[in-house]
Amino acid sequence: MKRIEQTFTDNRTKDETTLVAYITSGYPLLGETVGLISAAVEAGADVIELGVPFSDPLGDGPVIQATGQAALDTGTTAAATLDVVAEARAAGVEAPIVLMGYCNPFLRYGLTQLYDDARSAGVDGFVVPDLPVSEGAEWLAHAEANELGQTFFTAPGSSAERIAASAAASRGFLYVLAANGVTGVRKDLDPGLDAYLERVRAAGDTPMAVGFGISRPEHVASLHGKTDGVIVGSALLQAIGAARDAAGRRQAVTGLISSLKAATR
Amino acid sequence: MNGRFGEYGGQFVAETLVGPLQELEEEYQKALLDPEFTAELDKLLKMFVGRPTPITELHRLGATENGVKLWLKREDLTHTGAHKINNSIGQALLARRLGKKQIIAETGAGQHGVAVAAACAYLGLEATVYMGRVDAERQAPNVQRMELLGARVELVDLGTATLKDAINAAIREWIARPDTTHYLLGSVVGPHPFPTIVRNFQSVIGREARAQFLEENDRLPDAVVACVGGGSNAAGMFSAFLDDPVRLVGVQAAGEGKGGQCGHAAPLLYGDPGVLQGTRTYLLQDDDGQIQLTHSIAPGLDYAGVGPEHSHYKDTGKVEYISASDNEALDAFVALSSQEGILPALESAHAVAGALKVARQCAPGSTVLVNLSGRGDKDLTSAMAALKQREENAR
Ligand SMILES: Cc1ncc(COP(=O)(O)O)c(C=O)c1O
Repeated sequence: MKRIEQTFTDNRTKDETTLVAYITSGYPLLGETVGLISAAVEAGADVIELGVPFSDPLGDGPVIQATGQAALDTGTTAAATLDVVAEARAAGVEAPIVLMGYCNPFLRYGLTQLYDDARSAGVDGFVVPDLPVSEGAEWLAHAEANELGQTFFTAPGSSAERIAASAAASRGFLYVLAANGVTGVRKDLDPGLDAYLERVRAAGDTPMAVGFGISRPEHVASLHGKTDGVIVGSALLQAIGAARDAAGRRQAVTGLISSLKAATR
Repeated sequence: MNGRFGEYGGQFVAETLVGPLQELEEEYQKALLDPEFTAELDKLLKMFVGRPTPITELHRLGATENGVKLWLKREDLTHTGAHKINNSIGQALLARRLGKKQIIAETGAGQHGVAVAAACAYLGLEATVYMGRVDAERQAPNVQRMELLGARVELVDLGTATLKDAINAAIREWIARPDTTHYLLGSVVGPHPFPTIVRNFQSVIGREARAQFLEENDRLPDAVVACVGGGSNAAGMFSAFLDDPVRLVGVQAAGEGKGGQCGHAAPLLYGDPGVLQGTRTYLLQDDDGQIQLTHSIAPGLDYAGVGPEHSHYKDTGKVEYISASDNEALDAFVALSSQEGILPALESAHAVAGALKVARQCAPGSTVLVNLSGRGDKDLTSAMAALKQREENAR
């Protein structure tokens, strides 16, 4: 959690937007994930959000659904994902890594064991899209006990009270859903986004990162100063999926992340 | 309403849906206190749905089992042919109060989809129904009915292309348009407040059946039996008997009848607690928490989860959960048709098959009340094919 806070603080000081890169663990192969994480970090990703695949990812659109299914087909689990993080740490990756995953695989692993193992592996926090604050007490207690982050969400339709509750409960950073709907590349950002970001900003000082539909440098540039961070997922996975081989996939990550990074300043 | 059934239930959803769920709960609470709402619901249940549905005494089926008397609650006689319409009409009225004209729904057997289509047509709402492609094939007549009733049917190819996948598709659509759309969930599953709202709209089954049974028999039945897919017909039926000295039995789909983790749809018998589609409940899942493939000949029962209230009743022992296999359901489908002149839905045939098992354990002269949740016209093609296959396999 310290690493997450430090990253957001440093970037605030530099007046740069923190770039969060979402990668599905085990996509397309478990053996490539550490390499893709390294490539993203070397190209300028400040935070890695590593997705633990689930059979029924209700918050995800077709792109991330497909990567998750491919990862499951090759045997990617929560345990294997923790190993990936440990390997990434051994390979010298120092950027914060948060695990993104739906409740059930985490519950099945067992929350006590999960948070303990996550801390040992070098994980910095958790992002659980089907866990609203009202269901999050037990998870938060584990996060606190292990000094890990726990990210909650705001949505465009969230009331002021709910935004405040999510911001107050979040440890590390708050995830600001830029749009209704599931994950996926969107051509334009919502016209009402600025006003919504101001409402979130007013709710407190927890670092906020905007995700859903962020895919182009123009999106990132237009959000400068309006949010602490941006999250890119589907666009990155699409780029990975379009490449032909492992080297091409690393290059695809480097290419997209560098161009997005340039837009954070 | 707190949305918990013991340690089950809850609201494990994307933040995007928390507001709309809260709005739904508040509107529902208001509606319950509004005499106009309850009067309109009662009127529609009577004049559109065709309630009350009768109870029917059986004369042959079950009589050989210890001289036990079986009675059926005839939800198959409702308009559109299954209990699903009780909930659809109620929620459609709620949607109208919420000012939401767009209705989305999932369907497995197609019965909920048909009920939603009919309710929406009658009340002037627009319906889109998500249905797994596999289910659409095995329940083709219901797809035609939905379309004729003015609904748009969206086929879902994800996963096993059955009920769970249709629910996923509907929830994703709801997340995209929460402000203008009402998700008319068809069973006592999903996030709070759905399990409570759907059960309450279905409780009319139990209320009627209990009073009718008392009227005919001057006593309560010894056992009440219903099939459990998501568990709405069972929850509605059982709700009237929870304080009575009556054995309550839910029948899940044993599919191929081999138990274990696959080849069936009986999470209450073989599953473990987990979180799926917004609720904590018993699930069929693997060691990594991935949801398992299910199988049942009855599409309405072919689901890896179950309503959280049933999970609670399982743990507390309030309700016993047993199962009936594809084969046993087919036998009951044929027996009820040929011996009693009533063609049950394959889902409801599981309840009948389960009731025959219960009857075998009852003292002579006992009575068993079975909720016949729907009629079987939709199943003719797939049931006849399965019967033929069975004959060929036996040769
Ligand atoms: C006739 C019939 N019975 C039962 C069910 C199972 O649903 P539930 O368990 O919610 O009653 C269905 C679902 O489609 C159905 O069509």
